[in-house]
This record gives sequence, structure tokens and C-alpha cells, in this order.
Amino acid sequence: MKNKHPNPLGADRADRLAVASQQYVPIRRELPERARRQYELLIKFFVASESFFFMALIISYLYYRGVNQMIDMTDQVLNAQSTGMFTALLVLSSGTLWWGRHHLERQKPVRLAWGLAATIALGAVFLYGQGLEYAHLLRENVTVDRNIFGSAFFTLTGFHALHVFVGLILLSIVLILTLLGDFTGPRSAAVAATELYWHFVDVVWLIVFTVVYLI
Amino acid sequence: MEKVIVPEPHVPLPSGKTDRSLLQWMASVDHKQLGIMYLLTALLFFIAGGIEILLIRIQLITPDNTFLGPDLYNQLFTMHGTTMIFLVLMPTLIGLGVYLVPLMIGANEMAFPRLNAFSLWMTLLGGLILYFSFLDGGGAPAAGWFSYAPLSSSHYSSTKGVDYYCIGLILTGIGSVTAALNLVVTILTLRIPGMDFRRLPVFVWMMFITAFLILAAFPVLNAGLVMLLIDRQLNAHFFSPASGGSAILWQHLFWAFGHPEVYILALPPFGIISEVIPVFSRQPIFGYRFLIGSGIAIALLAFGVWMHHMFAVGLGNPINGFFAAGSMLIGIPTGIKVFNWILTMRGGSIRFTTAMLFAASFIVEFTIGGLSGISFALVPLDWQLTDTYYVVAHIHYVFLGGTLYAVFAGLFYWFPKITGRKLSERLGRIFFWLFFLGFNLTFMLQHVLGILGMPRRVYTYPDLPYFGLLNLLSTVGAFLMAASIGLFFWNILTSLRKGERAGDDPWNAWTLEWASSSPPALKNFDKVPPVRSLRPLWDLKHPENPDWKNEKSKQTRNEK
Ligand code: HEM
Ligand SMILES: [Cu+2]
Repeated sequence: MKNKHPNPLGADRADRLAVASQQYVPIRRELPERARRQYELLIKFFVASESFFFMALIISYLYYRGVNQMIDMTDQVLNAQSTGMFTALLVLSSGTLWWGRHHLERQKPVRLAWGLAATIALGAVFLYGQGLEYAHLLRENVTVDRNIFGSAFFTLTGFHALHVFVGLILLSIVLILTLLGDFTGPRSAAVAATELYWHFVDVVWLIVFTVVYLI
Repeated sequence: MEKVIVPEPHVPLPSGKTDRSLLQWMASVDHKQLGIMYLLTALLFFIAGGIEILLIRIQLITPDNTFLGPDLYNQLFTMHGTTMIFLVLMPTLIGLGVYLVPLMIGANEMAFPRLNAFSLWMTLLGGLILYFSFLDGGGAPAAGWFSYAPLSSSHYSSTKGVDYYCIGLILTGIGSVTAALNLVVTILTLRIPGMDFRRLPVFVWMMFITAFLILAAFPVLNAGLVMLLIDRQLNAHFFSPASGGSAILWQHLFWAFGHPEVYILALPPFGIISEVIPVFSRQPIFGYRFLIGSGIAIALLAFGVWMHHMFAVGLGNPINGFFAAGSMLIGIPTGIKVFNWILTMRGGSIRFTTAMLFAASFIVEFTIGGLSGISFALVPLDWQLTDTYYVVAHIHYVFLGGTLYAVFAGLFYWFPKITGRKLSERLGRIFFWLFFLGFNLTFMLQHVLGILGMPRRVYTYPDLPYFGLLNLLSTVGAFLMAASIGLFFWNILTSLRKGERAGDDPWNAWTLEWASSSPPALKNFDKVPPVRSLRPLWDLKHPENPDWKNEKSKQTRNEK
């Protein structure tokens, strides 16, 4: 058995390899174009992965409501109207960010800065709105440990708020870098990634708002 | 074709011998070093998990034994299962992926080297936090590796063990997700020209599919863990039925993660086997497209069958029937793979190296595990056998007979690439047979124990007919296995220092990683062979009969 298969490193093969290695092709490194594509892919798949996280939380919420007959306090304690207003502001903030990035493509970084600033302001107002709602609920004695509604509501909206907060930090960093002149257009991976993330947070909120406040 | 030219200046690979070595390793962002550190992390926890299970097997050696007592027993089996899945198999497979994928696709690095380091350290940190629970007065988590509610609630698990479980697993989960992100982007963007998706090594394909499974499955687990943690820390009510929560929802969340996880731990091994078997059979892999296609099919089906872990919950016959049928379907693509491997070997000139021994017996053992799995998909059988030792036997035929066998095959196969030296074949062979014997002795009998009705997770059992004997043999098997693992460690240690020098391509293999030096230089390659078929190194070595000339016609079955 063994003799049939001589050492694969036999002289003959080594020679052939030596000859063959003449045809190796060089590796190309560090293409800026490629780096940008990598960052954009990274954020896309990250967002896709995050959506499974929120999906689990949202489905759980619906499960408590449907299967477990959660005592639903939505009508008594939540204010769909004022939250609806803050929701509109969050949607608007996606628009301002899109507007800013749109002008980066036209190489007008100043407008990008304005777009970012507006987005940050709107996002902060949204968080403020959520703070108001939380304060109201706490005054009504609706807490995480009061009942399953409290647990589910604060967890779902809380994790969303955390994502908004992270988004605000990202946007602020991008704004500072823009002011320092880092982004002159027409494209930037950082801006594109932040924009995608922000839209994602926005879309998640629209679903959460629908699930919690409207149906 | 472009001709080549100047090699880049040679940067030596960081090694343990320099005075800054420890710092160099800890600060490293090199995918090969990180891959090795993943493997070392797995090894560390493998020893911990192994000691835990040996203690358990000593406890079970005779009926009515009191060696451990119930509390410690519960902690040990919980930690054993959790460790083996999250801290041994996950880091091993991700580590192999991180080490090999860039080399196999002709890249210098992962797409995000620093993120790569982040993933490793998160995994290790999560593991250390989990193990820290032993030092916290109350002891380790004791609610089983799937921490079913309400057992895991603060009413029934009042010590902090389950909190450590939640935090530890969330951290390793984040590590796994970021590693998966990195792998996906690497495979999408860093393949060298010519390496399109029809020419990707099967292992890379399987890591690619696995990464998507991780991206979808782990966030679901993390959501569940976060809710459990909030339940325990903030007195929320998610999983306590008494106040509006649902214990069954925990099972849904856990198994919506848990079943895909089984395939996260099975697909990379399929990839390893598909690299090892062709090389040692001297034949191109049979049915490449079927292998890839069935891998994708398995991944998709994996998300549709989780409720087969919940037949005993009482979800009703329509649901049970649907999920039983779905589970059986998975047998089809898996069967296709098995036939592909067998047909790859058929008519080949097989070299029974240790790697090949493990790969070939993988097919047998994994099939046994698959068959007992299908038997669970038959609802009445599941009702009879669930929570007995039959489950324990099944799990281990899949994870040890499957994943771990493949890992051993892979380690024997790639060790020369990673270290520049071969593992001793003589010790390897003894190791294989000892392990093979011990493994089948331990777990084959547990099928019988389960059918006889021995429940799992109970720290002792009455002296019923055959219980004592079968358990005794099972424990003997476990110690045989432990001895064989000891031998394996010894093999690694001695071979590292004075093993046979391997050269760049000791197995006369075909994929790109063998075109680099052994161990590869810091920046993997300066230049790579052109890729015009599945087996670029074959083409290189056989200019008179390259694969790409025959790509259209039937693949050549040469080199007999
Ligand atoms: C020396 C080798 C091993 C022995 C003797 C052994 C033995 C056992 C035993 C007796 C149990 C049942 C504990 C119980 O739940 O009552 C168990 C559980 C488990 N083992 Fe192992 N094991 C070994 C290695 C491994 C390895 C390498 C893995 C993973 C790759 C693994 C994964 C698991 C898992 C996931 C469980 C939990 C099953 C469950 O109860 O849900 N084991 N093992
Ligand atoms: Cu399953």
C-alpha cells in the first residue's frame, strides 16, 4: 500500500513546482474603492443582524398580547397622539440626513453639516419625547416590574431608544469630522454607513409604534 | 498573464520566542495569530468541560452514588453543556475559519483585522465571566444549558449563576456575530481574481453559509437572554406564567436560536470533511454543486424546524406534524452530502492518514447521530425518549461523532500549515483508535439506557437491571476518551518541538493555503497561483492536464 504512494515531496514534483511558480500572479493590496465597499457591506449585514434582534423582541410583544392575553394598558396609559408627533419628527430626521448625504454627492459639505445638525436635533427631540412618556408612565406607576405590559413595553422601546442614542453619537462624530473637513464628497463610507443605520432605527420605530400604539 | 517580480520585504511572523511576545500576541490583529488564539481558547475550555464531565461520570459509575450530590451535579452538567457548545465548538470553528478563509481565498488578511481581535476577546471575556460564577458564593448556573424557564427564574435559581450565564453568553454571542460579519465581508470582497463563487473551496462556502446562520440566530438568543436577565435583575415578568409571562416563549426563543446553532456547528465540519477526503483519496470532490446547494438548503430549513425540540410541550397535533415533516426533510440534503463524500472516495487511491481516518469515521458516526435525530422527529418516539439518555447519546453522536471528529481531521490536516511541522502519525493513529473505542463505548450504550428509561440530568439512579453495568461501561469509555485526549495533547506538544518538518505542501493538496509557506509569513502571500478551476494547485502542478481544460466535460478522475 505505502510504496504505491511515494513521498509527495518527491524531487520531480518539487521541480515542477519551481517551474510552475513562475506563473504566480501578484496580490493587489489596499484599494480605497474596495475599502469603501467593505464598510458599506459591513453596516448592511450588521443592520440585517440587528433586525433579527428586534424581530425577536417584537414577536415576543405580540405573543404576550395574543397568546397570553396580556392585560393591555395601551389605551389607558399611552399617548398615541403626542408619540405620533415625535414619530413624525423621527421620520423627518431620516429626510434631513438623506438631504445632507445627497449634497455630499454634489460636493457641498457645508450642507451635509447642516443636514447632520438637523438630524441630530430631531433625534434628540425624539428621545426627549420618549423621556416625557417614560416619566408619565412612572408617575402612573407603570414600571418594568408592575406587570407584563410594563416589562414588554420598557424593554422594547428601551432597546430602541438605546439604538437612537448610539445613532446620535455616530452622527455627532460624523458632524465633527465634517466640520474638520474630512468629507468633501462625492462619497464616503462613514456617511453612507451612518445614514443606513439611522434609516434602520427609524424603520424599526415605525414598526414598534404600529405594534405598540396603533394595533 | 502578469509575470512576477519583486517579493515584498519579509516581515517575520511574531513568535513566542521574542521578549515582547506576550504583548505581541495580545495586541495582535493578524488573522493567523487570532485564529491560533481562538483554538487555544477552545482548548482551555475543553479541558474545563472535560474535567466537569469526568466528575459527572464518576458520580454515575454506580447506582445510588453520593460522590457529588445534587447541587454540584446540576452545576457541572449545566456548565459542561454550555462550555462545550459556546466555548469549545464555536471558538474552534470560528478560529479555523478566521485562520483559513483568508489563506484559501488568496487574501492577506480579514476585511477588518481589528474587529477580528474584538471578536476573539469578547468570546474569551464571556467565557471567563461564565466561569467566574464558580467563585461567586452561590456557584455556577444549574438550570441546564438551555436554562428553561421557570427553572431559570429567580424563584427557582436564586443564586447568581444564571445571571452569569446570561451575561457570559451575551458577550460570546456578540463575539460570534462580529466574527460572522467579518467572514461574510471578507469572502465577498477579498477573493483574488478568478476565485469566483464556482471555485470557492467547500470549506469557505460552508463558513460563508454558517456566517449567515450566525447573523440570524445569535441575535434571537441575545434577545431572549436580555429578557431573562431583565426578569431576574429588574423583576420583570417575561417568563413567569403567574404574572402574565410565558415559559413556553423562552423555549421558542431558545430553540429558534438553538436549532440553527446545531447547523452552525455542523456546516463547517462538512466543509472540513470536503477538504480532507478529496486530498487523501486523490480525486476531485464529487458533486461540488450538490454539496453547496444542499448546504444552502440545510441552512434555510434550519430555521423552520425548531419546534421539534418542543414536541413534549403539548402544542397540538397539527403543529407537531408540520414540524416533524420539516425535520425529516433535512435528512435529504444531509443524505446528499454523505453520498457525495462516499462517491469521492469510491475508486480513489486512499491514504489512511490520521486525518483521513477521522474524516472517514466522521461519515459513520455522524450518520448514526443523524438517524437517532430522525427518530426524534417521529413524535411518538420523541414523547417516549425525550429527557432520557437517548437524547444524551444523540447529542454526542452529532457533536462528538460529527463536529469533533471533523475538527480532529482538520487539525491533523492543517497542523503542518499552522506550525510547519507534522503531528506524529503513529501517536495520531493510537489516539484515533482509543478515541473511537472510548467514544462508541460511552455513547452507544446510552441509547440503550435511554430506551430502558434512565432520565437525564438526575444525579443518581436506582439499582435497576442493567443500569449499573451500562453506566459503568459508559464511564470506562469516558475515561478511555480522556486518556486519548491526553495522548493528543502530548502529540501536539512533542510535535511542536521535534515533529517532522512539513514543507509548504506536505499532503500534495490543491487549495491555495498550501501555496503559502508553512507557517505562512505575516502577510500570507506576495503572489498567488492563478485560479482557473476548483483546484488551482493541481493546475499548477499538472500543466499538461489542468482542470480548467476539462471543466466543461466530466471532471477528470486522474492521478490514480
Ligand atoms: C469525554 C467526553 C464527554 C462525555 C463523557 C460527556 C458526557 C455527557 C453527559 C453524561 C451528559 C449528560 C449530562 C446531563 O445532562 O445529565 C452530557 C451533556 C452534554 N454534553 Fe457531553 N460529554 C463529553 C463531551 C462533550 C463534548 C465534546 C460536547 C460538545 C462538543 C458535549 C456536549 C454536551 C452537551 C451540549 C450536553 C447537554 C445535553 C443536555 O442535557 O442538553 N459533550 N455530556
Ligand atoms: Cu433541532
